[in-house]
Amino acid sequence: MKKTIWAIIGSLATVGLFAGVAQAKTLVYCSEGSPEGFDPALYTAGTTFNASSRPVYNRLTEFKRGTTKIIPGLAKSWSASADGLEYTFKLRPGVKFHTTSYFTPTRDFNADDVIFSFDRQRQEKSPWFKYTEGAAWEYFNGMGMPSLIKEIVKVDDLTVKFVLNRPESPTIANLAMDFASIVSKEYADKLQKSGKKSDLNQKPIGTGPFQFVDYQKDAVIRYKAHPNYWNGKQPIDDLVFAITTDNSVRMQKLMAGECHVAPYPNPADLPKLRADKSLRVLEQEGLNVGYLAYNTKVAPFDNVKVRKALNMAINKQAILDAVFEGAGKAAKNPIPPTMWSYNNSVKDDQFDPAKAKKMLAEAGVKDLKLKIWAMPVARPYNPNARRMAEVIQADFANIGVEVEIVSYEWGEYLKLSKSLKRDGAVLLGWTGDNGDPDNFLAVLLGCDAVGGSNRAQWCNEEFDSLTSKAKQISNQSERAKLYKKAQVVFKREAPWATIAHSVVFMPMSKKVSGYKMDPLGSHRFDGVNISK
Amino acid sequence: MLKFILRRFALLVPTFLGITIVAFGFVRILPGDPVLLMAGERGLTPERYQRLLEEFGYNRPLWQQYIDYLGDLLRGDFGNSFVTKQPVLSEFFTLFPATVELSVCAMVIAIIVGIPAGIVAASKRGSFWDQSIMGTALVGYSMPIFWWGLLLIIVFSGWLGWTPISGRISLVYFFQAKTGFMLIDSLLSGQDGAFLSALRHLILPSLVLATIPLAVIARQTRSAMLEVLGEDYVRTARAKGLSTRRVVGLHALRNAMIPVITVIGLSVGTLLAGAILTETIFSWPGIGKWMVHSISRRDYQVVQGGLLLIAVIVMVVNLLVDMAYGLINPRIRHN
Repeated sequence: MKKTIWAIIGSLATVGLFAGVAQAKTLVYCSEGSPEGFDPALYTAGTTFNASSRPVYNRLTEFKRGTTKIIPGLAKSWSASADGLEYTFKLRPGVKFHTTSYFTPTRDFNADDVIFSFDRQRQEKSPWFKYTEGAAWEYFNGMGMPSLIKEIVKVDDLTVKFVLNRPESPTIANLAMDFASIVSKEYADKLQKSGKKSDLNQKPIGTGPFQFVDYQKDAVIRYKAHPNYWNGKQPIDDLVFAITTDNSVRMQKLMAGECHVAPYPNPADLPKLRADKSLRVLEQEGLNVGYLAYNTKVAPFDNVKVRKALNMAINKQAILDAVFEGAGKAAKNPIPPTMWSYNNSVKDDQFDPAKAKKMLAEAGVKDLKLKIWAMPVARPYNPNARRMAEVIQADFANIGVEVEIVSYEWGEYLKLSKSLKRDGAVLLGWTGDNGDPDNFLAVLLGCDAVGGSNRAQWCNEEFDSLTSKAKQISNQSERAKLYKKAQVVFKREAPWATIAHSVVFMPMSKKVSGYKMDPLGSHRFDGVNISK
Repeated sequence: MLKFILRRFALLVPTFLGITIVAFGFVRILPGDPVLLMAGERGLTPERYQRLLEEFGYNRPLWQQYIDYLGDLLRGDFGNSFVTKQPVLSEFFTLFPATVELSVCAMVIAIIVGIPAGIVAASKRGSFWDQSIMGTALVGYSMPIFWWGLLLIIVFSGWLGWTPISGRISLVYFFQAKTGFMLIDSLLSGQDGAFLSALRHLILPSLVLATIPLAVIARQTRSAMLEVLGEDYVRTARAKGLSTRRVVGLHALRNAMIPVITVIGLSVGTLLAGAILTETIFSWPGIGKWMVHSISRRDYQVVQGGLLLIAVIVMVVNLLVDMAYGLINPRIRHN
């Protein structure tokens, strides 16, 4: 089984493909799809980031591998002004861009690269703003960066200052996101001169741990370790993405030794993968939450007692079994357990239909009818919303609540579910962007988001003041305290029934060492090694 | 003959226009606003929504969008993919050779196995051979491709380890594509074993893709042969004392081939449809897989452009078949 891969590696040496390397260490990753392109700022899909921003690029700040903790990246340090409106970054000196067959850098990374990387996304007059048809800089806009950033100033070659329009501490986490990857201005200038701007999205040049070698569309992507990487050369020499879209086929390839790592197995394949002695299956909760949001503006769901009673009627274990097939974990908080500030002391509403029925009676609610909206698409936080709605329908029937399940086309669903007058509770969820609790709590439950992404239409002063305050201070442990309190308020007020976090499985060969599951859901191969 | 070709060619124009309407219309009937779908759970401000609609041109009336679309087509502009931002035409031609390679191999298998199988079945009508060949053909014809592909992978690649699981060539080999046809490129690369590796990678997917056309060709050959074998001139040939081999091979086969060629031509459409599933299972980087992905990503431009290009190819192949038909059967071109 493992012979195949070593045959590959052995032959690589004989073919002399990577001259000078006696026995190149090659890691083959069977990826689940093709990247849309190699300029991560143009896209929002994880598959694209895995192939572009994570191997090829760095950012000013980075997520520490396997955590949502922010650590220095291309910025070796930073400081915030007292009013929280200015962030000054000291850049790392001596950082080399990739030298490839299509580009040889003449200078090290500096402030111009930082300014260029952001300006192309925010300055309409930049010749790069529309460098490829349909460039919409979706993530940069989606994170509200245009209204947040007032200006970016080059203080000197190795110092950059971000001036903001309002204090916002998640900014540091935002800068670790894929869209904030730093591209080479020198390379961009060269492409512009030669009239080949779209190559920025086809043949990337970055400072990251791996440099791009070749992409055969929809088939194979090849990278090699950046020999002059600022954080030291990677333990492996070559990284190959073999694009294999079918889940079952991907697992066959892994078991046959045609690849070392393969993501997203079918839940049904897990027992077989676990039984395979040459494999190991890592697992972790995804950075997401699936929920049922009541419309707290409409009676009787404006009554917390009614919401609590309904929450107590839901049998989450049945949902985990029927909908997630074991690839889920019951959720009690609106943020996933892998996120900092997760409040583990919060107690979940106990599954107790008898008590739930009694509470409904106490609230004076009789013959309650309720619509449950079921999404028409599968998402990581809810692989089968229709099925989930049916389970909840049965649970609610047990306490005398009649449920009608409704659904709409996905675009309509997202739009209609925002309405303040919406009839019914909505099944939906969220996948985190930057590992910051604000990205869940304020985005999904803040007063500003009512009529928007706050599907419960829930505006609670106590909760909102806690999260708003947390957003304005930069000390993380202080922020964590506030977010923990906010989670207590959330649980007490029950605007949602928190249902589940998905569990992500990552099967890989036992020869692979140092791989860490990323709570943000990306697949990173820096720091990963492979043995014979 | 020239008149015959011209007449066939003229017929292509309204067909082509019809296809543009279908391609354009289909994509618009698909439920879902592409801009809203692109934004997902994150949502958009109304201003930004409006702006994106304008950028993509979806705010204009349908007929205007269609006219612009036709105009672009005439200039050879099939638009750019929303997702990869690359021109649809260049993506198509990057991936098309992979599909052609797979389809040609599948077709070769279907023909070299299907025609002899049909002849054997017809000349031994009602025998054990006839029964088993036609039984197998029926099974082949009814085979769900996805299941069949996975089954072959599990048995031949997983258990027996005879063939690679997916892809076009072993990852050991790395060379720049010159023609896009892996068999040719691997030969040109001069790397030891590259051609064999490419060939090994072709076996399972082409077998899977060949399954349905093979069954159709075998059945068609059998029934055409049976019909011809009952003709007077065949009886005459037999009466002259010719050997069965000469009767079947020389007199009967040439006439029986006319409907078979039609079926082969029509199979090109089936092959392209089958390629969609086969390519998805075997991670074969061709246009079938490309189309499936574009549909799930709501990449209107690619779906629209791809649909049209595939339809044009099927049309051209059918035209060629018609012409071949005319060559073989003089009655057609004289009518």
